[in-house]
Amino acid sequence: MLGFLLTRVGKAAVVLLCITVLNFLLIHLAPGDPAMVMAGEAGEADPEFIAQLRAQFGLDRPLYVQLWSYVSSVAQLDLGYSYRQNLPVLDLILQRLPATLLLSLSAFVISLGLGVLAGTIAASRQGKPADTLISTIALLFYATPLFWFALMAVLLFSVKLDWLPGYGFETIRSGYTGMERVLDIAAHLVMPAFTLGLFLMAVYVRMTRASMLEVNKHDYVRTARAKGLRPALIQRRHVLRNAILPVVTLAGLQAGQLVGGAVLIETVFAWPGIGRLMFEALAQRDYNVLLGVFVVSAAMVLMFNLVTDLAYRLVDPRIRTT
Amino acid sequence: MTHHTDTPAAPSAAIPIVRIEGLSVALPEGADRPYAVDHTSIDMYAGRILCVVGESGSGKSMSANAMMGLLPEGVRAVKGRILLGDENLLAFSEEKMRDIRGRRIGMIFQEPMSALNPLMRVADQIAEVFEAHGLLTPAERQARAVELLTEVGLPDPKRAARAYPFQLSGGQRQRVVIAMALALEPEVLIADEPTTALDVTTQAQILALIRKLQVERGMAVMFITHDFGVVAEIADDVVVMQCGQIVEQGPARAVLDAPQHDYTQRLLAAIPRLTLAPRAMPDFAPLLEVRDIRRTYVSGGGLFRPVRRVDAVRDVSFTLGKGETLGIVGESGSGKSSLGRCLVRLQPADAGSVTMEGREILDLKGEDLRQLHRRVQMIFQDPFSSLNPRITVGRTIADGPIAFGMSRAEAMDRARALLERVGLNAAAATRYPHEFSGGQRQRIGIARALALEPEVIVADEAVSALDVSIQAQVLELLDEIKRDLGLSLIFITHDLRVAAQICDRVMVMQQGACIEIGPAHQIFSAPEQAYTRSLIEAIPGRARDLAGQAA
Repeated sequence: MLGFLLTRVGKAAVVLLCITVLNFLLIHLAPGDPAMVMAGEAGEADPEFIAQLRAQFGLDRPLYVQLWSYVSSVAQLDLGYSYRQNLPVLDLILQRLPATLLLSLSAFVISLGLGVLAGTIAASRQGKPADTLISTIALLFYATPLFWFALMAVLLFSVKLDWLPGYGFETIRSGYTGMERVLDIAAHLVMPAFTLGLFLMAVYVRMTRASMLEVNKHDYVRTARAKGLRPALIQRRHVLRNAILPVVTLAGLQAGQLVGGAVLIETVFAWPGIGRLMFEALAQRDYNVLLGVFVVSAAMVLMFNLVTDLAYRLVDPRIRTT
Repeated sequence: MTHHTDTPAAPSAAIPIVRIEGLSVALPEGADRPYAVDHTSIDMYAGRILCVVGESGSGKSMSANAMMGLLPEGVRAVKGRILLGDENLLAFSEEKMRDIRGRRIGMIFQEPMSALNPLMRVADQIAEVFEAHGLLTPAERQARAVELLTEVGLPDPKRAARAYPFQLSGGQRQRVVIAMALALEPEVLIADEPTTALDVTTQAQILALIRKLQVERGMAVMFITHDFGVVAEIADDVVVMQCGQIVEQGPARAVLDAPQHDYTQRLLAAIPRLTLAPRAMPDFAPLLEVRDIRRTYVSGGGLFRPVRRVDAVRDVSFTLGKGETLGIVGESGSGKSSLGRCLVRLQPADAGSVTMEGREILDLKGEDLRQLHRRVQMIFQDPFSSLNPRITVGRTIADGPIAFGMSRAEAMDRARALLERVGLNAAAATRYPHEFSGGQRQRIGIARALALEPEVIVADEAVSALDVSIQAQVLELLDEIKRDLGLSLIFITHDLRVAAQICDRVMVMQQGACIEIGPAHQIFSAPEQAYTRSLIEAIPGRARDLAGQAA
């Protein structure tokens, strides 16, 4: 087990290094640099001023020197300095990361939990009204674009019904503390988390349903019936446990996508996460922030995958021994 | 294994434990016949094994499933009664049936590989039987599980109890399934083809186990099988079914030795005989020379993991003559299929040489390899998955010749001719594989292999998935075509009866090595190796063959 962990962490480190290098090179392929943007904003295009800015940011050095200095500082957990915001990039990201993690994890739990639950119900009532209803709703979620749902949700629950706050992380200057603050944040979280989780939930519903119907045909389900077990127990212990394996695999792969999907949702709901930080940095050519966000999200995706693989080893004994 | 001593015929006064009376099981609309089981009556007595024999689709499993209340969706028992004691099971609610299952009627299934939940420990799966009926405490259940595993003869039952199914062999898994079925000491045991998927030696062990447990507990056993060898080995009484109806029933001796019904006679005649007269062995000119061929599977072995090596084929040498049929027999995992695949170059060999008319074929590449594939063709085991379901049968057969430059029209003409040659209608060329039965598909497989006019055909378990009567027809066809076209045939099989019937010479493989090779009659009548002897002795119904020879 420990050997497995070390192997996987080692592989993850190599992948992370490749991603960092690749991102760095890609960003430098794009036209424009921070010096140009800053100079442009200052309303002055004096070549000498730009050259001075570039020298100050180290942008005048050859690319490979810049790459080396970036990679080696990332290795020491130093993500550089944002000249736009006058703050170290790591601080900026750490400020925003909890909000994003909260959003992504909530969406993940909602999508997986509700998805598997609804899929199980649909499978055990195959062809009956409950199945039709669940399958139809899942198809609807599957086919509708995220941002449309986000906007409609704001219109309905926030503007029209005034049940939930429509934007932000918490009520500003409310002075809430303790439990009050937790509830306030939870209320703000509901809409973005659900909207972000809807698409994946639809995927898991469909997958759980199909997988359970498939497993139902297996011989060991017949064996279980021949023992005289109750149907509910057979469904839970024999069918669901086996049917959920492919869902776990997919969920692990999709967890990375949640981080990506968060950019859109954070923008719509003004959620102060790293998605929005990245969007702003992109517009301002704030290389260090942009790269830092890439590195951190890549690390998160790798971590999600590792956790999935560990979870998979827990549920499937066949993986453990190979 | 010797033939068991005959149990005395059931006294007519004895009361049957199970009495199936006029049972009819209706199939859903659109099936090939209205009733899976049609007005069938069977009596089962304590302490006796009743074999229900028939080919696939004869309704034998459906009767058993009806007894368990486990009929597939859409299939219903519409007429008759199934009496257990004096209660009619067909009138029971699902709730009451659940109480019967496991407690009063136990069941063993055909496929031990898939009959156990892959994610649960063996002991937990056995403990579930007690749990289902609300018996014992969890700790007692676990203890009983270990006892049961001991009883069914698993080595190291404590460890087996903690094992997951994938850590056990097929025979061991079948023992676990038997332990589960017997946990609550049911009065009736239903065994649905419990040994069909097992190797012959394992089969003999499992049959002996079922016999032993049945005698110890005085159970009534319904043993469903398509194999008359197994029937001869284990049955007290026999029921022969065809198309949902019973065509013959009676004590085993009577049915086997003096079958009355035409269908029973045909089934019995279709069983390949073990007793062979020495075949004329012409001097075959050597065609294929195999020297020290080796195939090693390497698995695992990443950057940080140790490598696992399995020698699938170890330094096997033999010569195949022109026009000869060579049988390769062995248990599963003996390397016979790997050897076959290496010869056809579907898989690389790691060492050794194979020469065809003096030319090395193991290192052929590109166009030369293509030409080799034309001369050496393969017939596969599974007639259901070896044909592309989206391509017409004619196209499947014609594809090879087209690839070698024949015009499409000419290739289709040949496909039609070949279909007639293998006993199908030329019009079959425009149809799709799913429209054919297993035996017909295997004929199509043969036609496909013949399309390129090969010199050597490697048939890997080509008849193993077929019913005996169909098997006999396909074997006959293969033999006839082989003689007409002067083909050489390598016939890979785990079924020694089949090998005995068709092969000139037989090679026995064990753990990747060839341990014995010689003329078929010699291998079967005077095997030199102990392993070969044990394989032959394990063939079900062998005692009957020998008795028949003596008579």
